[in-house]
Amino acid sequence: MAEPARREQVDAGPARTREIAPEAKGKVMLAVSGLEAWYGESHILHGVDFEVRRGEVVTLLGRNGAGKTTTLKSIMGIVGQRQGSVAFEGTQTIALPSNRIARLGLAFCPEERGIFASLNVEENLILPPVVGAGGMSIETIFTLFPNLKERLSSQGTKLSGGEQQMLAIGRILRTGARLLLLDEPTEGLAPVIIQQIGATIRRLKAEGFTILLVEQNFRFAASLADRHYVMERGRVVDRYESAELARNMDKLHEYLGV
Amino acid sequence: MFELLGIPPQALFGQLLIGLINGSFYALLSLGLTVIFGLLNIINFCHGALYMMGAFVAWLALQHFGLGYWAALFIAPVVVGAFGIVLERTMLRRLYKLDHLYGLLLTFGIALIVEGVFRNEFGASGLPYVIPDSLTGARNLGFMVLPNYRAWVIALSLFVCLATWYVIERTKLGAYLRAATENPTLVQAFGINVPRMITLTYGFGVGLAALAGVLAAPIYQVSPLMGSNLIIVVFAVVVIGGMGSIMGSIVTGFLLGLIEGLTKVFYPEASATVIFVILALVLLWRPQGLFGRRS
Ligand SMILES: Nc1ncnc2c1ncn2[C@@H]1O[C@H](COP(=O)(O)OP(=O)(O)OP(=O)(O)O)[C@@H](O)[C@H]1O
Ligand SMILES: [Mg+2]
Repeated sequence: MAEPARREQVDAGPARTREIAPEAKGKVMLAVSGLEAWYGESHILHGVDFEVRRGEVVTLLGRNGAGKTTTLKSIMGIVGQRQGSVAFEGTQTIALPSNRIARLGLAFCPEERGIFASLNVEENLILPPVVGAGGMSIETIFTLFPNLKERLSSQGTKLSGGEQQMLAIGRILRTGARLLLLDEPTEGLAPVIIQQIGATIRRLKAEGFTILLVEQNFRFAASLADRHYVMERGRVVDRYESAELARNMDKLHEYLGV
Repeated sequence: MFELLGIPPQALFGQLLIGLINGSFYALLSLGLTVIFGLLNIINFCHGALYMMGAFVAWLALQHFGLGYWAALFIAPVVVGAFGIVLERTMLRRLYKLDHLYGLLLTFGIALIVEGVFRNEFGASGLPYVIPDSLTGARNLGFMVLPNYRAWVIALSLFVCLATWYVIERTKLGAYLRAATENPTLVQAFGINVPRMITLTYGFGVGLAALAGVLAAPIYQVSPLMGSNLIIVVFAVVVIGGMGSIMGSIVTGFLLGLIEGLTKVFYPEASATVIFVILALVLLWRPQGLFGRRS
């Protein structure tokens, strides 16, 4: 297989283009190349390259501060300044405001969850506008997360951490967005809730959602993803198909410092 | 008839009515300030000047176009709202990321310019604006005589305040507004055009000020300084109520109007300062204001 050679190339420097892996399933949905981002004066991303194909679950791995969240935010258009190329379904989004990007069919579930305190659970759930056909019905969302149904009139931020995470995921399933950007959905949650979220992601994948997942919880990510990208200091430095993981555990542990 | 602590009921109710009228204006103006501050992060110091502008639009519409009071109730908020939208698009928009102080300074400057232009054109003395025929007269309620126009001002102001509260707290549009007040970036990343929402909110907030100006025209006359006299008290009301609560700004507006009226009856010497005394006490006891959330 040509895989190792390609990785060498990535290791060697900021390769901006990448052939399409022959074993990949769908068409490229999201293609990120040479992505740079700044918060004010601080230059955080220094040329990030990766792609996500339709129907895939892809993870971004990396230590704290590697730039995973910043990558998701740059795709959504909510960092200070960005440069390079982010193409979604063939549309270049690097110069679009975030509301236009969302309307193309991307939805973001932030690391801090972003539940609104001045809205009750129901209002939080139906807040994001529908951006495309084929979103989940509220009833289906309640079958995924039955807890939410009982708390509809509670203040959003009165929910437990796990329930807030369910709400943060649930509210973007309604919108018809086909690419979901999930930033550390298991952070700080109990094992039983992590399992529930894992099952949900599997189900979403089965229903044809495409997911870009940022995770610190490597075992969680490994059990879900088709492909992993490793980030370090604002760059993607490595990639593994899920079948290659077992062979490369040592290297990964080194990357992630675990 | 009975007397209360030596005060004849006619005087008492008369002052309460004046208190309610003042309270109507406090409520309409502080409501607009609160909505604007919530979403734009700007202390809109030209609110009083825009209130004055509303009254002048009514006056000019009558003088030059023969458009009467009822038309003015719609025209003035639209004209002043449009003026506000231009201000937001060209100037305020550049300040959102900066300290409150910049917004305060800019809008204070705008207030001085607007008031200066009107004073230059129309002089400092008040211009009369007559009550529309259908609202002249008064009715005798037994315990007091209630002028129809004043009843109308209180009723319309209450209605507009409560309708605004309803839209913000109970509708989908209001949910967008509340959410964008908390976290505009995320709301925009969900696909909402937040910059446009901010512009329209500013237009709406200053439209409320213009509406108050039209309501005030027959009561206080139309004068270039009518806004700057009022706005200081309105800012005290906003601080007492606590920036950020819609219902808080409405309730505080009417309540302080009433307290002011009662003070005129029982201790007239303090009637001009009572609101500021309350302001000082509230700041000592509850710095976030009566209805404000601790941040
Ligand atoms: N708003 C900000 N302003 C300035 N610098 C920031 C900001 N947010 C993040 N950074 C910096 O950018 C770098 C990348 O941060 P980012 O949040 O993308 O990392 P991450 O990979 O998501 O880390 P974690 O695993 O801790 O969530 C870090 O050095 C961080 O300090
Ligand atoms: Mg992060």
